[in-house]
Amino acid sequence: MRTDYDLLVIGGGPAGAIAARTAARAGHSVLLVEKRPAIGAPVRCAEGIGKEALAEFVNPDERWIAAELKRAEIVAPDGASMMLEAELAGSKIGYILDRKVFDRELVWQAAEAGADVMVKTRASAPLIDQGMVKGAVLESCGDQKKVHAAVTIAADGVESKFSRWCGVDTAVPVREIMSSCQYLMTSIEIDHECTTFFLGNEVAPEGYLWIFPKGKRTANVGIGISGKKSGAGHRAKDYLDRFVRARFPDGKTIECIVGGVSVCRPLGRTVADGLIIAGDAARVVDPLTGGGIYNAMYTGDLAAKVAAHAIGDGKTDAAALMPYDREWRSSPMGKAIERNYHIKEYLINLPDEKLNAIIHSAQSLDLKDFSTFTLIKELMKRNPKLVAELAILKASIG
Amino acid sequence: MLQIHRDVCGYCGCCVSVCPEGALELIDAYLEVDDHCTSCGICAKVCPVGALEVKDED
Repeated sequence: MRTDYDLLVIGGGPAGAIAARTAARAGHSVLLVEKRPAIGAPVRCAEGIGKEALAEFVNPDERWIAAELKRAEIVAPDGASMMLEAELAGSKIGYILDRKVFDRELVWQAAEAGADVMVKTRASAPLIDQGMVKGAVLESCGDQKKVHAAVTIAADGVESKFSRWCGVDTAVPVREIMSSCQYLMTSIEIDHECTTFFLGNEVAPEGYLWIFPKGKRTANVGIGISGKKSGAGHRAKDYLDRFVRARFPDGKTIECIVGGVSVCRPLGRTVADGLIIAGDAARVVDPLTGGGIYNAMYTGDLAAKVAAHAIGDGKTDAAALMPYDREWRSSPMGKAIERNYHIKEYLINLPDEKLNAIIHSAQSLDLKDFSTFTLIKELMKRNPKLVAELAILKASIG
Repeated sequence: MLQIHRDVCGYCGCCVSVCPEGALELIDAYLEVDDHCTSCGICAKVCPVGALEVKDED
């Protein structure tokens, strides 16, 4: 087995797979390791992604697109709902993927491009030489090997350990972890072209509950609540079970998955000497929606490009890798994270009555130009009582 | 000390992400806790299914 690579990628999700694919296509030697025995399983995702966002990295393929969305519905705590049609929501409307097939496709593409892949292989410790990350100790089916690399990309997901072992604190604040649970349900009556979001303290405290269609009578029905609100007797699963009993009493659950989604600000620093952190491990999930597939692919791709450049220059210390950190922060993705962080902070502090008021007035809006900004401006006009708060929000995302 | 109910755990890693001590690790499909654990209970609080429990020493 080869023990020396240009790039070692830890994690076979979208961030790791795209990083490996990009680096391999640029002619670099890459090893991608995945601790699980199978790529893409178990799924820990509601599987939604915008159409344009997806197309930036991979051509849509019916083999892994479970549903195409035409509209989104937001349901207020009091049950009132507002509908966003595709023409209005623009790129916000997209697909529900089949991540088991999708993730496998991305890793297959990386392998086709020349990357080596090892599954059921865990990076158990970094190799550190004079403060510089130089690869990792890999454990695979009882064997232990050292693999050296000029740059290591930690794309090890929400449960990331690798960057912590390299001295980067990746701990997510309790109030900013979405404790989540999702059932893949079938035999249920749904609008199969619509994603539905339920808000409210009774339904999903400081989070939301979703129905994401995956077929005519099949959907991901899931929930994320703030870690702060979770505890014995009122966990994500308790809330979800209550909703499902009332809404889909005859539905059948054919998969049950749980997970944690970070909605904090991204890590303060996403590079170190010889190390780049990408995807969920870098905490670049959209703090408002909890969506992370695009952000993972984007940061994975950028990580590989910057690493390739640095390797070409023969310098892979933190300073040489810093362009990665700078570029994603100033990218549209980085700016969206910052803006959506403020919106999320605003929304979670809103009592149900105010949330109801906002959705009631949004129902009557003719949203020709559905930007966050116009929405807030219109809402201010219609909700004099909320002006002060909305003004703060508007200023914070300005 | 921290007790992991393996029959309840969905091996999702939510707990790992919030551990202030870095004492938890999700290895493939099982969770491991090392001796850095201070039994602070943060992981038990956020677990979506209630698979973790802080038990008294005795």
